[in-house]
Amino acid sequence: MNAGSAPALDSALFEFALRLGDTTLVLGQRVSAWTGHAPIVEEDLALTNVALDLVGQARLWLTLAGQIENAGRDEDALAYFRDAHEFRNVLLVERPNGNFADTMARQFLFDTWHFYTLQRLATSRDERVAAIAQKSVREVAYHVRRSGDWVVRLGDGTDVSRTRMQAALDDLWPYTGELFVSDAVDRELVERGVGCDFEALREPWSLHVDGILREATLERPQDGWMHAGGKTGRHTEQLGYLLAEMQSVRRSVPGERW
Amino acid sequence: MNLARATPADVWRWLADVPDPEIPAISIVDLGIVRDVAWKASDAGETLAVTITPTYSGCPATRTIERDIVAALHAHGVEHVALDVKLAPPWTTDWLTAEVREKLRAYGIAPPEERAGEASGDILRFVETRTACPRCGARDVTLTSAFGSTPCKALYRCNVCREPFDHFKCH
Repeated sequence: MNAGSAPALDSALFEFALRLGDTTLVLGQRVSAWTGHAPIVEEDLALTNVALDLVGQARLWLTLAGQIENAGRDEDALAYFRDAHEFRNVLLVERPNGNFADTMARQFLFDTWHFYTLQRLATSRDERVAAIAQKSVREVAYHVRRSGDWVVRLGDGTDVSRTRMQAALDDLWPYTGELFVSDAVDRELVERGVGCDFEALREPWSLHVDGILREATLERPQDGWMHAGGKTGRHTEQLGYLLAEMQSVRRSVPGERW
Repeated sequence: MNLARATPADVWRWLADVPDPEIPAISIVDLGIVRDVAWKASDAGETLAVTITPTYSGCPATRTIERDIVAALHAHGVEHVALDVKLAPPWTTDWLTAEVREKLRAYGIAPPEERAGEASGDILRFVETRTACPRCGARDVTLTSAFGSTPCKALYRCNVCREPFDHFKCH
């Protein structure tokens, strides 16, 4: 190897950091749209704070992705100057906010997966990954408690709230399969002791989800055909609208500082 | 030129005068954000490296705190300041001393009483938090909101004096 040559790009870790960065960024953007619209003021505070946590975590992952890529792209360049096909978020988080039950069902299914993912990444052999995960997992533990509470409150609530929460779970369930699929990137990182075996998360995730659904008197939807593709850039039409809104200001004045 | 270079003890003292932008009753040192202070040689001459560990990922005050640190050190004549952000070990309320907790309580914010991760039971479910009304001291309190005006707080109501209050969450 030439002494002066740049180190080879760790493309697997770059991809992995992008996936977590984009997943937290897209959900943060989604949830932030509730600011000023939540049904009660306490929820306005809570949803805004959860969105802030997620965007803060996205910043850490995307900064790391930019450092690994070493091509001059920082977290803002990655967030604002890539198009939908370059985004690597799981499809679940780009699902629209819908009604309050839709939002909380999406949050609960995601938070539970997010928690177990970060818990495993906290012992990653890559200390940058471990540091972000150790910091984020504390925040996400709180998110899981809150979204699980809402699933119980709405499920074991009125006829209207129960019907809406069940419908939300039924709608979102086909987007949960992707959370537990490991591809070549994931497998390489598991072998290196850096990543997370997503298939192994299915069991703890199911255990927690089933417990909450039982308490909420809700039915676990049947596992059937599952959507996938977000991790490789194949998205639903919803992502384009979200990005158009999120990126419009930055793209209208590139390089501007404020 | 640094005629008399400030000692780390001086710097710690100066930073202890920088209030948290959202909870001005305590300083950024009280909060445990400042982790280390050291002089380092750099191309620009001697640089004061301040290592900080931010609180919540989404805390909007983080940028302000960084600016406040640099401004305070410039005001004390330190020309070159470098901020090193250190994520691990992650920030925890375990770093708040008893004295700092008392400052919070006197300001009207119920301080965390538990150590992070100490609460028994399922960490993925809300469990009853040990806390007391900062005004009357009653322990008969009700959680009204899981989040408050900042990510680090939750809202409670005292069932005895009926006053609402902020609780600094155990994290």
